[in-house]
Amino acid sequence: MIVATNVSKHFGRFAALDNVSITCNRGQTISLVGPNGSGKTTFIKCLLGMVIPDKGFITFNDKNILHDYRYRAQIGYMPQAGKFPDNMRISEVLDMMIDIRRKDKAERDEELMTAFGLDKIMDKRMRTLSGGTRQKVSASLAFMFNPDVLILDEPTAGLDPLSSEILKNKIMKEKGKGKLILVTSHILSDLDDITSEVVYLQEGKLVFHKSIRDLRRDTGEEKLGRAIASIMQKNMAG
Amino acid sequence: MKKMMKYVVIDILRNKIIIGYTILLFVAAVSVFSLENNSSKGMLTLMNIVLIIVPLVSIIFSAIYYYNAAEFIELMVSQPVKRVHLMLSIFSGLALSLTIAFLLGCGIPVLLFSANATGYTLVLSGVALSIVFVVLALLASIFTRDKAKGIGLVILLWLYFSILYDGLVLFLLFQLSDYPMEKPMIGLSSLNPIDLSRIIILLRMDVSALMGYSGAVFNEFLGSGWGVLYSGVMLLGWILIPSWLAIRKFNRKDL
Repeated sequence: MIVATNVSKHFGRFAALDNVSITCNRGQTISLVGPNGSGKTTFIKCLLGMVIPDKGFITFNDKNILHDYRYRAQIGYMPQAGKFPDNMRISEVLDMMIDIRRKDKAERDEELMTAFGLDKIMDKRMRTLSGGTRQKVSASLAFMFNPDVLILDEPTAGLDPLSSEILKNKIMKEKGKGKLILVTSHILSDLDDITSEVVYLQEGKLVFHKSIRDLRRDTGEEKLGRAIASIMQKNMAG
Repeated sequence: MKKMMKYVVIDILRNKIIIGYTILLFVAAVSVFSLENNSSKGMLTLMNIVLIIVPLVSIIFSAIYYYNAAEFIELMVSQPVKRVHLMLSIFSGLALSLTIAFLLGCGIPVLLFSANATGYTLVLSGVALSIVFVVLALLASIFTRDKAKGIGLVILLWLYFSILYDGLVLFLLFQLSDYPMEKPMIGLSSLNPIDLSRIIILLRMDVSALMGYSGAVFNEFLGSGWGVLYSGVMLLGWILIPSWLAIRKFNRKDL
């Protein structure tokens, strides 16, 4: 569904992505893992066309995403830190997005919004919201338009345990519908039950892309956290 | 695109600065006309005020708006929205609001006190100047990531066009006074939108004594009709070329 071929991106002299090729298919839940600054967010931003790669190209349903924008109608994106216009109310932000993405009420998925209790604080201005509430708003927006692809950058960071459980259940539910889900997180236990594939990036390079089954077999660890840790240790030593 | 523009305009109108700007222009214009019993004298004073205030407010307001809209821009680029449309909506929202503010603040008094060809020319060039400086502000802020740097750059640009440029031209004239400088002067004036507007208005007013060197040269070489046309086309170029550059850069910008 999404194919990245030899994508490279430099910020000045710093190589954020170095010749990364990844294929993502429908129905997979792919965890992007790697140390801080390994290029996970840059890769996600490349998929969304927010960052334009220096080299290589990305296709979405066999169409190059460069100079295209319509494909983003099929993506729900939850950024690492949701940024919203400060003096807009939650309801205004939602209305604006609905206005721009043009989905009828029947097609919209407002489950997460009610589960987070956002419908009770619709009149609050964005600048008065806490970081966690802002995350809830951006999570609700990502799921709202029933997209085929979900891209979640650190979805559980800043959420309280209850909300993060709600979000995880929602991700599981969407996974069941056969959607492609891309997640990054440093809290590997969060990824344990939802992941089907693991992509490991380090210093902008793709180290491996394996299914979780292969990874468990290769490392002999049951938990994703342990498996990744053992690989990181091996890499450090080597 | 219309939808995004709607949100930009709503956001700007919520801002009280634009209302303050309208009132400032209105008070200045009305008081200028009431102080002078001769309306064409009033026009001259008003012109000088407009040529300073309109570029200053347009350029600084637009730059600050662009930086404050960073969240809006970031939210929008991850949505199924064309970047060109996003940029054009911000540009047209800003240009529209500043033009309306100018028309209300300056256009109405001109219509009341001096509704003639000169008055309309002043209003039209004020509108053109507002748009030119919105474009310049956007161009400068797209190229500079840092807010403080961007706003500093924008203030420098204004200072350059409204004050430094004339000094530089005078200096050049003085140094090269042995050569015929009339034709190069036309070219030099075209490089400054504020000069262009001043020339358009003065050519219409036909007060040759106040035209200054460049205005007189324009009058002599192009006549007042062609002079106005030429300056108008040049002003249009000042809108189109920077906006083309800004959109090109914005399309490739990492956000």
